[in-house]
Amino acid sequence: MTSKFRTKKVEVSYGDKKAIRDISLDIEKNIITALIGPSGCGKSTFLRCLNRMNDVIENCSIKGSIHLDEQDIYGPDIDPVELRARVGMVFQKANPFPKSIFDNIAYGPRIHGLASNDSELKDIVHNSLEKAGLMDEVKDRLNDQATGLSGGQQQRICIARAIAVSPEVILMDEPCSALDPIATAKIEELMNELCQSYTIIIVTHSMQQAARVSKKTAFFHLGDLIEYNDTDKIFTQPENQKTQDYITGRFG
Amino acid sequence: MTLPLSFVFFVLLGLSVYFYYHAKSGIVRKAALLSDRTKALPSHYGQQSFLWAFIPSFLILLVLTIGGPNYIDQIFYNKIQELNPTFNESFVSLILAKVINVSNGKISTGEENIIMLAKDYKIAFEQLHFFRGLVVILCAALLGMIISYRQKPGSNAREQVEKFIVNIFFASAVIAIFTTVAIILSLFFEALRFFNLYNFFDFIFGLHWAPNVAIRTDQVAAEGSFGMIPVLLGTLLISFIAMCVAIPIGLFSAIYLAEFATPKIRDFVKPTLEILAGIPTVVYGYFAALTAAPFFREIGFSLGLDVSSESAIAAGAVMGIMIIPFISSLSDDVIRAVPQSLRDGSMGLGATKAETIYIVILPAAIPGLVGAVLLAVSRAIGETMIVVMAAGLSANLTVNPLESVTTVTVQIVSLLTGDTEFDDIKTLSAFGLGLALFFFTLLLNIFALSISRRLAERYD
Repeated sequence: MTSKFRTKKVEVSYGDKKAIRDISLDIEKNIITALIGPSGCGKSTFLRCLNRMNDVIENCSIKGSIHLDEQDIYGPDIDPVELRARVGMVFQKANPFPKSIFDNIAYGPRIHGLASNDSELKDIVHNSLEKAGLMDEVKDRLNDQATGLSGGQQQRICIARAIAVSPEVILMDEPCSALDPIATAKIEELMNELCQSYTIIIVTHSMQQAARVSKKTAFFHLGDLIEYNDTDKIFTQPENQKTQDYITGRFG
Repeated sequence: MTLPLSFVFFVLLGLSVYFYYHAKSGIVRKAALLSDRTKALPSHYGQQSFLWAFIPSFLILLVLTIGGPNYIDQIFYNKIQELNPTFNESFVSLILAKVINVSNGKISTGEENIIMLAKDYKIAFEQLHFFRGLVVILCAALLGMIISYRQKPGSNAREQVEKFIVNIFFASAVIAIFTTVAIILSLFFEALRFFNLYNFFDFIFGLHWAPNVAIRTDQVAAEGSFGMIPVLLGTLLISFIAMCVAIPIGLFSAIYLAEFATPKIRDFVKPTLEILAGIPTVVYGYFAALTAAPFFREIGFSLGLDVSSESAIAAGAVMGIMIIPFISSLSDDVIRAVPQSLRDGSMGLGATKAETIYIVILPAAIPGLVGAVLLAVSRAIGETMIVVMAAGLSANLTVNPLESVTTVTVQIVSLLTGDTEFDDIKTLSAFGLGLALFFFTLLLNIFALSISRRLAERYD
């Protein structure tokens, strides 16, 4: 097993308030890792550290180290913009740009200069839509507004948009929380296919979802990493009492 | 006994307030007697009583105050005419005016008839005032009592109060539209009078603007020429220069404020920019005439250019500075209204801040940005003071910013100030210009809105 991410004693504070403390965990390559825990436990904060999205937030400070493929992503020679091209992100609320479906997918390749001509760009867009399982649904209306699609389709547009940049890792912050069960099932199916070529880290409120899709699960509580193990282990024989309480629905 | 307007009004207000409290406490008592709950809040019954006591009586007061004097004047006009059937209309009006002035004590006269009429006139007015006060106060008291008597704990006072409030909103909207229509109509009819005297096509296509016509028949002057093109071109030129100054500076400072500035800097810069909007335009006028114009003149000289001392560029540049805060402040709000999720989405794909701004945020903000610019353009087109002071009055047909030009608004001012007669072609041409300006800004608005609709990227 090779690690994609290796974090050591990561601590994030917003102003005086510590959001997460002492998080050390290794995230394996090409599997789905789920981060679970009650609201406010710091799982989203941790996720946003992995592609430095916290940089945007004012008075947010980060201690400890995070390595991506043995490279310190908070090191001085790392450009967060390049990092985010390697570590893509899908958000809780589907946020397609108010542009056409084609332009949404082509956005990343265009800004990173991934296509040298129009036909290459077209190929990238088609491939990404294909991988996101959207091609059949939208192939006749690539020039329509992406914001006119259904919620589940919009979220898959966002996934396709992330794939189009060919990232190594895709971070997903509660990608299904606003979707109905059918759309959720489609996205989970998609994640299963994608994890063969990408490392996926998903934050979710749904323990069933974590159990269904992920291979490893990390349980966060009040800013601490309580337990990190194989998903099967976490959900059948948790070592920590708090994990036990959470997965059996006693709190959270 | 006289009942002056202010007295009547305050009695009316006092009565209405009294009925508010009367109804409010009354309904609670009634409910307690019936051991029932009131359907609406007690204050709703109070408001209902207030409205019933106040609004109809206030309307009566309004009608009597506005219509009453006219009615009395009409009666006296008829009376004077009956006494002297040989007088013509304007002479009767003259006598009536005299009677009114004598009754006010503004002038004195020895004419017996006039003094008699003036006395009657004064008595009639006192009677009107007394009648007005009596009717209004009685009406308020009566309606207040009726409504307070009729209110039951089960009656729905809230519904009526809320319906009334909706009607107030509606009436306000109607008043706004009505006054706009009235302004346009008055402009239109005055302009029609001008076009009766001067050919319409000569006006809108004429290349020569020289409004100096002979005022009296014995004066010697050139025949006036009213071609609006030079004046309109002056407006366009100055507005264009102003936009060239204001749009980049305003937009860029808005982008800086919305996307890059820390809250501390923002809290300092935004109010400072908005101070610019508070400077009276006449002060900008000084600045343009005394500082900017000589400055451009000197720069022009050092480059070997001949800059007129009253130049379009000085007026335009200062006007541009004047409208910067409109653009920057509004654009800042518009840019900040673009949802954070779009910024996150773009950043999460590895876009830089600059790419995010010009590919995602600005297109999403276009409708609002166009609105901001549009507001600024209309300010520029309507601006008068700066141009009067810095750009001059001579209607040159030119697009050279170094020469002096004049604008539509400046010409309107110069045509309408001083001793003027409102049946003179020179004076009436101001209304022609006004109408042209109105249509021009209207077209501009339609054009800009259609552009913004085409470019808009709607987010929800």
